Amino acid sequence: MSVYALTDSWTMTRRELAHWARQPVQVVVSLVFPVMLLLMFGYLVGGGRAVEGDYVDYLVPGMLALTMAFGLEGTMLAVTQDLNKGVIDRFRSMPMADGAVLVGRSAADMLQSAIGLVVLIGVGLGLGWRPHAGPGQFLGAVGLLLLFRFAMLWVGIQLALVAGRPEMVQAVQILVWPVGFLSNALATPAAMPGWLGSVVQWNPMSQTATAVRELFGGPGGESGHVWAAVVWPLGLLVVFFPLAVRRFRGLGG
Amino acid sequence: MADAAIIVEDAHKTYGEKKSRKGTGAEGGDGPTGVKKALDGLDLRVARGTVHGVLGPNGAGKTTLVRVLSTLLRPDSGRVEVAGYDVLSEARAVRFRIGLLGQHAALDEELGGRQNLEMFGCLHHLGARHARVRADELLERFDLVDTGRKPVRAYSGGMRRRLDLAASLVTAPEILFLDEPTTGLDPRGRAEVWTAVRSLVGGGTTVLLTTQYLEEADQLADRVSVVDQGRVIADGTPDSLKSRMGGDRIDVVLRDAGQLGAAVALLPFPEADVSVDVDRRLLSAPVTDRMTALSGVVRALGEGGIDAEDVALRRPTLDEVFLHLTGGGGGGGDGAGAGAGAGRRTNVKEAV
Repeated sequence: MSVYALTDSWTMTRRELAHWARQPVQVVVSLVFPVMLLLMFGYLVGGGRAVEGDYVDYLVPGMLALTMAFGLEGTMLAVTQDLNKGVIDRFRSMPMADGAVLVGRSAADMLQSAIGLVVLIGVGLGLGWRPHAGPGQFLGAVGLLLLFRFAMLWVGIQLALVAGRPEMVQAVQILVWPVGFLSNALATPAAMPGWLGSVVQWNPMSQTATAVRELFGGPGGESGHVWAAVVWPLGLLVVFFPLAVRRFRGLGG
Repeated sequence: MADAAIIVEDAHKTYGEKKSRKGTGAEGGDGPTGVKKALDGLDLRVARGTVHGVLGPNGAGKTTLVRVLSTLLRPDSGRVEVAGYDVLSEARAVRFRIGLLGQHAALDEELGGRQNLEMFGCLHHLGARHARVRADELLERFDLVDTGRKPVRAYSGGMRRRLDLAASLVTAPEILFLDEPTTGLDPRGRAEVWTAVRSLVGGGTTVLLTTQYLEEADQLADRVSVVDQGRVIADGTPDSLKSRMGGDRIDVVLRDAGQLGAAVALLPFPEADVSVDVDRRLLSAPVTDRMTALSGVVRALGEGGIDAEDVALRRPTLDEVFLHLTGGGGGGGDGAGAGAGAGRRTNVKEAV
């Protein structure tokens, strides 16, 4: 049973990878999109933002966090599409491990996000961003980003299972922008009206961004945010992981 | 009991009571108007190694029944056992023993045929190598070898159906559910599915198939349950049902509607049995001996000098069967009551 949980999850992960091989353009677009945002905000929109030091040093870690947050919509879209396909009926009528479909989804999404981070970090370095961090801090920052992505992943799965319709995905795809921008990813809260600044401070994504900036040793980093960047995603996972698994199991109730 | 592959007792399933889930064909949206009793005290018993046909019109509850039996949908109440296991408490054991061919293709449309079959083989825990071998066998058997890497979404309807059937046979299941397996297929595709079903039964598989076609049930099934509004309104062997449905009918289409009255008087049947459809210039009557009736009609029309456009023997249509089974009388054939609905609840279940 537990062995099957692993092999089934692996089979479902391979299914997602096979989809990538079938749709390489989609994969490339999803990797290029954050790069495009980074370039847009770095050169077209950005400049200054009342940030001390070089804006690129502020922007790159923020974009990394923002990309992880935007992963939510990708996950939600994929799960929604899957649920509306006939194949899900066959999966559910087979003796496969309960969570394998979801585990396959999350493994593939995490892999894609990891690749996305590598690409974005590479482009950031090309733009002149220089992390002032030892290998331990660097990996710690990447770990925090992926942890945040993992939490967003399960939020996305739960949203897809609850809403489950393409129209709802569209709504979330639009809403993710203001929510994502209502953070310190692109601009420092110091430059915002006081009340907005406090809202922004509380956005879980801001915690991750601040902690990552701290670990990378750039502007906008404040000490003492790493714990928040661990606790927030874990808290989200504690709520959304069991909800999503139960919801998936109870399909057809 | 021991030889029953499927047992359903007093199963109930209502859609739309609090959550409206999609994908079951039960439309209606939100709100109390969406409430629909899909299964309403359904009873069914299928013996091992037999083909059982579930016959009924759209919305009778056939698909809901298949989804409950294949553990996709939880019944609200009642006892449902498949291969000796309860679909609710032992769903996993059930899933090891069933194959499902739903109304819509349950395939990964982005992947190719071989990729699909290998994936399902792996999920049935055949092991990678065995899954590959099995995929080869099935591709061969269903004439899909030359599909190559083409994604399923580019398949024709018939190819898709064959691959779907192949996917439901990855493990040679004990019990196979076929939900309207030939709906939308051309005659060739239909014949292929029928052949495949027959060969499976030869191998000992129990098959439950739903259909809207009397002919299909007649061709394949050892026993047939007629379902309407979520319950079984008749069951028995196809022959016993047919005889109770009034058997064959003869249709005569005249050239001149003005001669209908004269023709009724001439035909070798009691006048009360003959139904008349003036718009279609059609006379219809039940027959017992097909050949005698046919030659009798042709002779009577010839002697009376009545010009007929067409004379044909046919089986009763599903509408007529339903009218008959639901107490609409044996007169059928006038087609008026095709969907005549609410209130027909007569249970004429045959004593086995």
